[in-house]
Amino acid sequence: MGELAIELKGIDKSFGLVHANKDINLKVRKGTIHGIIGENGAGKSTLMSILYGFYQADRGEILVDGRAISIRDPNAAIAAGIGMVHQHFMLVENFTVLENVMLGAEDSWILNAGITKARAELKRLEKEYALEVDPDAVIEELPVGLQQRVEILKALYRKADILILDEPTGVLTPAEADHLFRILEQLKAQGKTVILITHKLREIMAITDEVSVMRRGEMVATRETDKTSVEELAELMVGRRVLLRVEKGAAHPGDVKLSVKNLTVRDGRGVTMVDDVSLDLRAGEIVGIAGVAGNGQSELLEAIAGIRRAVSGRVELNGRAIDVTGHADPAELRQRGLAHVPEDRHHVGLVLKFEESENAILGYHDDPKYRKGFILDVDAIRADAEEKIQKYDIRPPNARLKTANFSGGNQQKIVLAREMERGPDVLIIGQPTRGVDVGAIEFIHKRIIEMRDQGKAVLLVSVELDEIRALSDRILVMFAGRVVGERAPDASEGELGLLMAGVEGPKEAAQ
Amino acid sequence: MSTPYAKLPGWVEYGLIPLVNLLVAFAVAGLVVLLVGESPLEAAYHMINGAFGRGEYIGFTLYYATTFIFTGLAVAVAFHAGLFNIGGEGQAYVAGIGVALACLWLDRLMPWYVVFPIAILGAALFGAAWAFLPGWLQAKRGSHIVITTIMFNFIAASLMNYMLNRVMKPLGSMSLETRTFDAGGQLPKLDWLMAMFGLSVGTSPFNVTFLLALAAAFGVWVLIWRTKLGYEMRTMGHSPQAARYAGIKEARIIVITMMISGALAGMMALNPIMGETYRMQLDFVQGAGFVGIAVALMGRSHPAGIIPAAILFGVLYQGGAEIAFEMPSISRDMIVIIQGLVILFAGALEHMFRPAITRAVLAFSGRGRTDAAVKGA
Ligand SMILES: Nc1ncnc2c1ncn2[C@@H]1O[C@H](COP(=O)(O)OP(=O)(O)OP(=O)(O)O)[C@@H](O)[C@H]1O
Ligand SMILES: [Mg+2]
Repeated sequence: MGELAIELKGIDKSFGLVHANKDINLKVRKGTIHGIIGENGAGKSTLMSILYGFYQADRGEILVDGRAISIRDPNAAIAAGIGMVHQHFMLVENFTVLENVMLGAEDSWILNAGITKARAELKRLEKEYALEVDPDAVIEELPVGLQQRVEILKALYRKADILILDEPTGVLTPAEADHLFRILEQLKAQGKTVILITHKLREIMAITDEVSVMRRGEMVATRETDKTSVEELAELMVGRRVLLRVEKGAAHPGDVKLSVKNLTVRDGRGVTMVDDVSLDLRAGEIVGIAGVAGNGQSELLEAIAGIRRAVSGRVELNGRAIDVTGHADPAELRQRGLAHVPEDRHHVGLVLKFEESENAILGYHDDPKYRKGFILDVDAIRADAEEKIQKYDIRPPNARLKTANFSGGNQQKIVLAREMERGPDVLIIGQPTRGVDVGAIEFIHKRIIEMRDQGKAVLLVSVELDEIRALSDRILVMFAGRVVGERAPDASEGELGLLMAGVEGPKEAAQ
Repeated sequence: MSTPYAKLPGWVEYGLIPLVNLLVAFAVAGLVVLLVGESPLEAAYHMINGAFGRGEYIGFTLYYATTFIFTGLAVAVAFHAGLFNIGGEGQAYVAGIGVALACLWLDRLMPWYVVFPIAILGAALFGAAWAFLPGWLQAKRGSHIVITTIMFNFIAASLMNYMLNRVMKPLGSMSLETRTFDAGGQLPKLDWLMAMFGLSVGTSPFNVTFLLALAAAFGVWVLIWRTKLGYEMRTMGHSPQAARYAGIKEARIIVITMMISGALAGMMALNPIMGETYRMQLDFVQGAGFVGIAVALMGRSHPAGIIPAAILFGVLYQGGAEIAFEMPSISRDMIVIIQGLVILFAGALEHMFRPAITRAVLAFSGRGRTDAAVKGA
């Protein structure tokens, strides 16, 4: 056993009635990568927030390098050599990389000298850890993977020896994730300690030295990664055996429910994001759209759902046109049987400041069953929400809790419950299991297949190739805004990967 | 994690923190009074005595509060939909026309309780109409509502100047005001309400509009938290993207919200016109529209917060007038400074003492000071 970088003793934390961390003990060895896994709402983010000084524990001790210290706020954490990369980046969008890295760590009121020094230091860090980023690039113009690197640079610039990453790969493409892991390996080689929270057990197996499992606020086990397996970890997390494979029967496609013809969509800057896409979606089938993030899948979903205007093309729902190039009305589309689980639950699918029950009716708030005359029937709304909470095992089961206070995976379930429980004819889903734990993934996948078996048409977009392959009856691959190929779900990962990279696309795609 | 610090119990959030802010504001105001060589204690005495010392004073305080409840509610309603309506001043001013027309037309024919509802309608209609255009420009043209409502305040001032000079002034009169209304245009005072507490309204213009203001506050609560329209307004205020996703029609909500906001601001005109002077005078709004912004800010845009905040500003106005009267070296402008300090500390710097108070409360309740915290540092 090497030296301990961090030791937590008896950490306890409650939010009102929610006991988020119960008497947690944790030892993280110096110079290792330590994984933390657990169901949604298990208390992982809370524990890390305590370590980083965002929250104060009710009880318990924090030891860094063997010394008990008090971490009242993030500044104290930074002083103790702890850095954190949040799932939602905390960068100033219109500042450059260099400015963001320096922000709050300037040496003096006069910036010039500091800038030169910071630039030199940044160069050194980039070299040492393979963290290449252009220091003069403006943040908002960088892809998320690079933005994340800036967050890491920020922590290293502040001399962090211990780096906490909370679900860092949720937003990354596979290639970006690979690069991130190379960086983490490099950090480890230099003697830094890394704490990694993720829901992807594969990542845990690939990169960590040790892994700790949380369940319902408790630390239930710590394992050496070499000596455990995905199955064991999944079972430790959920407390029962988890089906990691999706079981589904053959599809019985029926009539065309959603037909898309020559759809073209441009983004705000006039860049063509969806380029002449056509597809048919039938009752009783799941069509998966595979592709590296940013190749037009998001815009395709948004255009169909009526929240982004298309430039040209025709979309029909149940044989009737949707005015995608004009004023498509999402409320009307819902009534016509289209449900939409948006990719970005935080900004689009939910109002984080609402209480849970208010989000459970978002988009369906016009339904007369939620009203008595002019007045909203709050009791009916809450009863309805509680029913969904039961059915989807949303935790904590409190319809009056503010949505922002649910853990990420439970927020996702709120959206899924709302959209699926309506029994829509057509369900379009973006990233259904982003940030969701294995137990919930199993549940969500089952529900999606159930919908299909009830004769619903499902259009699925996910950057998780595994998920696409497991659920889809047909796979369409998008690259640079075009559908570059259709494959059966048993196509090999390599074949799909090449298509996704635009290597094997039909000739017209390569113009 | 918008607030990185612990969630506080309600009595701290809504009681202690505002109180501390207020005390600091008064302490700094006291320093200003010291600076001009007067005694802060004497000023405080006149402030409190002037606001509460007699039934009549209380009447004045509540009269001002009535006005501020309306303008505060107006700002709050717009704010829930993410709109910053700076135009309460102009909307209230123009609404005066609606009130005056109702009174000039009916004051000799009908009793007050017939004229009042019509005047309410007139006020709401004119106020809403004045807010409609900025709302429409925002919804259809993207012209920023802050800019347009400010401009509309100026236009309102010129328009009213013209109206009172050329249209609504009785022939041959020299002063810029309408004729004085007869009995039908005069609202009864709330002497019965004061009598219940053994007080008398005296000469104060404390009138039935106060009850209308309370009803409006309740109505706003219902609107925001219990109607579909309020739900859509709040969705838009919190997240325009989520509103679009939910199929909420942004343009429509903006226009309707602004009209409701304008109608509320407009109802303020009833108080001075029918409740105090019984005629419409030039500049009768006297900045109440702007005070509404501070009131909404302090009251956290919630009716239950707006009423006490409006009363506080009523105290500042009435008590302030008393200070200026009793202590001649403290001018009206000084009173404005004190009001400004209250706005600064209670509104703009609201969060200044929060971290310290949070820490103190947590330490006191024994939760923040963990073993680690004691051993550390
Ligand atoms: N500020 C808060 N107020 C009230 N409850 C909270 C707050 N923050 C977290 N919780 C609750 O504490 C529990 C633990 O949440 P936490 O975010 O730590 O979970 P998590 O393990 O990170 O889950 P996920 O994998 O979904 O991100 C949840 O039940 C959550 O609802
Ligand atoms: Mg989390």
